Amino acid sequence: MNLAPLFLSLRLAAIVSLLLVAVSLPLAAWLAFGRWRGRFLLEAVFALPLVLPPTILGFYLLVAMGPRSPLGALWQSLFGHGLAFSFEGLVLASLLYSLPFAVQPLVSAFRGVDPKLLSASFVLGASPLRTFRRVVLPLSYSGLVTALVLTFAHTLGEFGVVLMVGGNLPGVTRTVSIAIYDSVQAFDYAEANRLALTLLAICFTALSVIYAVNRRVWSPWSSR
Amino acid sequence: MTAALSARIRKQHRGPAGSFVLDVSVEIAPGFTIVFGPSGAGKSTLLDCIAGLERPDAGRIVAGGETLFDSAAAVNLPAQKRRTAYVFQTLALFPHLTVEENTGYGIAHLPVEERRARVAEILESFGVAGLRSRKPGEISGGERQRVALARSLVTSPRLLLLDEPFSALDAELKAELFDDLRAWNSTRRIPILCVTHSRDEVDALGEHMIVLDRGRIVAEGFPRDVLRAPRRQRLAVAAGFENLLHATVLNLRESDGVMRVALKDCAVELEVPLAHALPGQPIQLAIRAGDILLATEQPGGLSARNILPGKIAALEESGSLVRVVVDCGARFLVHVTPGTVRKLGLQTGQPVWLVVKTHSCHFVAD
Repeated sequence: MNLAPLFLSLRLAAIVSLLLVAVSLPLAAWLAFGRWRGRFLLEAVFALPLVLPPTILGFYLLVAMGPRSPLGALWQSLFGHGLAFSFEGLVLASLLYSLPFAVQPLVSAFRGVDPKLLSASFVLGASPLRTFRRVVLPLSYSGLVTALVLTFAHTLGEFGVVLMVGGNLPGVTRTVSIAIYDSVQAFDYAEANRLALTLLAICFTALSVIYAVNRRVWSPWSSR
Repeated sequence: MTAALSARIRKQHRGPAGSFVLDVSVEIAPGFTIVFGPSGAGKSTLLDCIAGLERPDAGRIVAGGETLFDSAAAVNLPAQKRRTAYVFQTLALFPHLTVEENTGYGIAHLPVEERRARVAEILESFGVAGLRSRKPGEISGGERQRVALARSLVTSPRLLLLDEPFSALDAELKAELFDDLRAWNSTRRIPILCVTHSRDEVDALGEHMIVLDRGRIVAEGFPRDVLRAPRRQRLAVAAGFENLLHATVLNLRESDGVMRVALKDCAVELEVPLAHALPGQPIQLAIRAGDILLATEQPGGLSARNILPGKIAALEESGSLVRVVVDCGARFLVHVTPGTVRKLGLQTGQPVWLVVKTHSCHFVAD
């Protein structure tokens, strides 16, 4: 069994989920506590990747990363290679594609923190930033884990966007889902099965551990 | 009196119970001041405005010589800078921090050694030093209230706001807590604004009292004077006047300082204190359930002028109190002790007489 696609997928998922949760913390805090009137517009934008077919998102990302786009040209001049069909391009695309899966659990965790605790913190002299660090974040722990798990799983399983933006370069953009698809196309069902089964086992184990350790993490089975 | 806190606040409030305008002007001296009133009267909004959690539409708040808010001068200190201690009804202890961490939260800017010493000292003076390393979920409700107080007071505030934080405590524990709080404040002399619904707390704390209703101050003064004669129906209910009766004035006897009234929809007449009223005018009376005497035989030789025959319609025991509903044509609620019920052998359907002193009848407006 060729394990390279599997490792590539795991590396991609790990990088994306860590980066995305870091980026999503301030975004989610702003969405949860901000009082800006036009917030609904941003909420809609952040939810777009949930409803758009991956090919549409992938298509526009491909155009945006192409050598003739400002972003693609800038990347080319800085790093000497194009953004499209590269691992970095894949990371960027996955960040956008999985954004709602990180932002949404964080926003609902932040909103679930009793507002009286925030008031108490303010009255005790703590700045909004300190209040966020010392009160909101520790009490949103389960939302944080949920965001990590969901982004990781979602990135691991993505197919359409990867195909559009990354193509199928072995060792660079050939993720496990692409490799499985390839094997099926080549009638190598045995290889497809080995990869699929390994991925399934990894995902099942990871989810079992997380749900066993933390009962409050979001799952499709929780009553919340 | 030198006002340690002076607040003039106007604030449009939109709440679940409807919207009203909070429009008050108060001068608060050091020591306890009770803020009393029915729910939705604006008590919490008043405290939130003083603490800086809500912004008044207009007004001026000065505490200890410093201006916290002044709409005319565009001054609005953030809550963080107001040096106000605020204990909420829910206490709002941080559930993920220990008692010690909770208590040190507001003095994080101090050096570790000093912080530790001050936390230890305040936990000691509120009798919860032994709970240092516990989390709020692992201690009793009474202990949580003490920790919440300690956490607020360790910051050396110039003002303490209490929004019904003691409502769940039984009377004895409450009295001890108040003693500790009073001891703490005996040297500092800061103003303490205490919102409450509870008569126990009013009696235990009462030095000065403000009564709010629908965003306005409707009474102010010594708690006893204020609560003895509530002027409004909503306030009367809140102050524990269980019997509210509609009546019509029959005649005035100005030489005796009394008048007779007839209760609505029945033949019962009462003699009540003279008021500015004309015969035929409808009025509303409030009588405390604890101010009515109950007799199993027709009493004689009493100074009380109102003796009403009736029948016991219901008996309901709750704790050290039995609520007796007596049907005299109109229904009266009378409070007696369980001992009285046993001694007189009170039971449903039994004929009894109610004795109501003239001056136990108070007038209220809607």
